Amino acid sequence: MISFSPTEEQQMIASMVKEFASDEMRKIYRECDESGEIPDSIIDTAWKMGLISSNIPEDYGGFGGEHSAITASMIVEELAWGDLSMTIHILCPALFSYPILEMGTETQRKKYLPLVCAEKYTAATAALIEPHFGFDPCSLLTSARPDGNEYVINGEKCYVPLAAEADFLLVYAAENGSSQGFIIEKGTKGLEISEREKNMGIKALPTYELSLKNCRVPKENRLGGPKGCDFNRIMNCSRVALSAMAVGVAKAAFEYSRDYAKERIAFGEPIASRQVIAFMLAEIAIEIDATRLMTWEAAWKLDRKEEATKEASLVKAYSDDMAIMVTDRAVQILGGHGYVREHPVELWLRNARGFPTFDGMAMV
Amino acid sequence: MIDFEPTPEQKKAIKVAREFAEEQLRPVGRYYDEQEHENPQELIEKMWEKRQEDTLALGLDVTAALRIEELCWGDAGLFLCIPGPGLGGAAIFASGTKEQLTRFLGHFNEGGPKWGAMAMTEPACGSDTSAIATTAVRDGDEWVLNGEKIFVTWGKRAAENDESLVVVWATVDKSAGRAGMKSFVVPAGTPGMRVEKLEKKLGIRASDTATVIFDNCRIPFDNILGNPEVKKLDKSQTKGFKGAMATFDATRPIVAAMAIGVGRAALDFVEEALKNEGIKIRYGTPRQKLTALERDVMEMEAHYKAAKLLTLRALWMMSQFQPNNLESSMAKAKAGLAVTKITQKAVEIMGPLGYSRKHLLEKWMRDGKINDIFEGTGQINMLVTARRVLNYSRDQLK
Ligand SMILES: Cc1cc2nc3c(=O)[nH]c(=O)nc-3n(C[C@H](O)[C@H](O)[C@H](O)COP(=O)(O)OP(=O)(O)OC[C@H]3O[C@@H](n4cnc5c(N)ncnc54)[C@H](O)[C@@H]3O)c2cc1C
Repeated sequence: MISFSPTEEQQMIASMVKEFASDEMRKIYRECDESGEIPDSIIDTAWKMGLISSNIPEDYGGFGGEHSAITASMIVEELAWGDLSMTIHILCPALFSYPILEMGTETQRKKYLPLVCAEKYTAATAALIEPHFGFDPCSLLTSARPDGNEYVINGEKCYVPLAAEADFLLVYAAENGSSQGFIIEKGTKGLEISEREKNMGIKALPTYELSLKNCRVPKENRLGGPKGCDFNRIMNCSRVALSAMAVGVAKAAFEYSRDYAKERIAFGEPIASRQVIAFMLAEIAIEIDATRLMTWEAAWKLDRKEEATKEASLVKAYSDDMAIMVTDRAVQILGGHGYVREHPVELWLRNARGFPTFDGMAMV
Repeated sequence: MIDFEPTPEQKKAIKVAREFAEEQLRPVGRYYDEQEHENPQELIEKMWEKRQEDTLALGLDVTAALRIEELCWGDAGLFLCIPGPGLGGAAIFASGTKEQLTRFLGHFNEGGPKWGAMAMTEPACGSDTSAIATTAVRDGDEWVLNGEKIFVTWGKRAAENDESLVVVWATVDKSAGRAGMKSFVVPAGTPGMRVEKLEKKLGIRASDTATVIFDNCRIPFDNILGNPEVKKLDKSQTKGFKGAMATFDATRPIVAAMAIGVGRAALDFVEEALKNEGIKIRYGTPRQKLTALERDVMEMEAHYKAAKLLTLRALWMMSQFQPNNLESSMAKAKAGLAVTKITQKAVEIMGPLGYSRKHLLEKWMRDGKINDIFEGTGQINMLVTARRVLNYSRDQLK
């Protein structure tokens, strides 16, 4: 039956995450953006909430909860409301573990899933994006060629979060024209991680370019073994996750600019009492709600294991535009004050601009 | 639990409505567009039959929205000919007493086709409903109505068909402002109520949009909906006005559902035409690799989806007895804009096929536009949304 109410459990999880976002992330996000560093302590605190391990079956050391894209979308939205860099940092191990959970062989699940159930945060990541114009996840330039008992992987990747910190990477490469995942351990010969990237936004999150030069991995490291993976589904999970993040960032910008507009007096009245400003805020509110509902619908399809490419790619494109529209207007509503770094809206604008570029964030 | 799956009954309702749209509305839509003001008598009788069987019943809930989408996919103008309590009924639901509900609507489904219209708009005021000048004066056991109402949907049908009714908004006390605004049920054929004019319109031409004159029109005292008292001392008492606004909370998502149906029709037309040309919309392809055409179609699809989900949410909230004033205005604002954008873009994309009256697409563009105007213009719905999100009164945000 068509219904829009989250379950009690979902409401509980979302409000727990929201509390964390507001009590912890919101206290330090500006500092983190300026320094480029996120303190370990906050990552550890987040880790203790068990956002990933709660979805891993008990057999692999998790809490055996149901892995739901809708629930994850809610978590991601609340985290991203707190801060986008920290969100990606906190959930980065999911980029590695969720595809293994869903599509890995039994050996892969046994070997790697306990990792994300450990008491302490262990970095693991995935590498998808490539540093060239016209990047297309479905026709990757990075290649995987079978050679005896191994795969030989060649190519370049960028925007790989925590690549230097991660012990394990899931690298996506083209094998006979189809995109497949390959598990590569840190220190594998031929895997070279460059210096940390410098980006316009998500500055607190370490991301890296990396290159793979005749990197050899055992055959059993192919995600899903001989069956391979459902790459399309991984992409759809990424689209849904990024849409949820966009909603979170936009919501932050909306709330801040709305409150500001009610306080700021110009020509004797709060600027919010002028229709040009008020209508911007109304449109923002409408678009945020619409995007959230579209995100949920796509997530709902994923949870039902249905083909979701249409829904997921529609909401991804829509949320890319929505986030930039919202954060840009937030800056505009604050005027000159929106442009200075004393207020957070410029940070949200920089972060939101990244959404059309971000890809491969399958953390729902 | 969040769920987007219609119930089996809803799926059946969708199917039945779609069949009706395909078989009964689409084939004659063009005719009644061109023959403005010709009454589709035969069709109306079929509609009335289906309504009585409950297959075309239109409440104010999710099921109704799903049905309406299909029916307006068929034809929005003809959809507005479907007999039923309509906007008049919605007003009675929102402000009437139990007794009034039974008296006015209890037998609505029986006998011949009938309609319920709602007359608010006047020549000098549309969006600013609080400025209406039509008066209701008590005279013993009766009310005497005087004034001119324009743009009344179903105005002619409701005023002239036996047992139909017009709910008319009037002021019982101008000096009391909004508190003096009350609604009255005027049964069809009441002396002093007459239809003066039928508008010629851009679209939804099958729908009658009438000027209704009230000239010393007398109705029984207990035809006033809600409380007849005007609390003169307390001007903040705006119950009558609130009744009008509560009606909108229910009807705005319904109008949004109409918009969605027309938008869907245009999208289907475009997608079918592209398919025939062997053009596939490549969902999942990076945006920078898509053609401009693909990006347009995807954007249209996204607007359609956004509007639909907002609409279903607004109606779902109502069925949960949650206040939905914000959400219904959001849905209406979005859907009105979405159908406008979708249909105009579709005409552009289809080029010669879009502009020609050989196809229905140009008609849908004309039909769809009304959804951004009636039941509160796009701007008025933005205003309501803005007031809600800012927590501003109507004085703080004009
Ligand atoms: C086909 C059709 C059917 C209709 N059916 C009915 C019916 O059944 N019953 C009924 O009562 N009415 C009906 N209407 C009337 C309809 O609801 C009004 O036309 C509508 O509310 C707008 O009022 P108006 O035309 O007087 O425009 P105005 O109120 O004069 O508005 C003109 C423009 O100014 C904008 N505007 C007005 N106020 C503001 C503001 N405060 N802030 C920003 N912008 C503003 C409006 O958005 C619009 O763009 C119908 C109209 C049509 C065309």
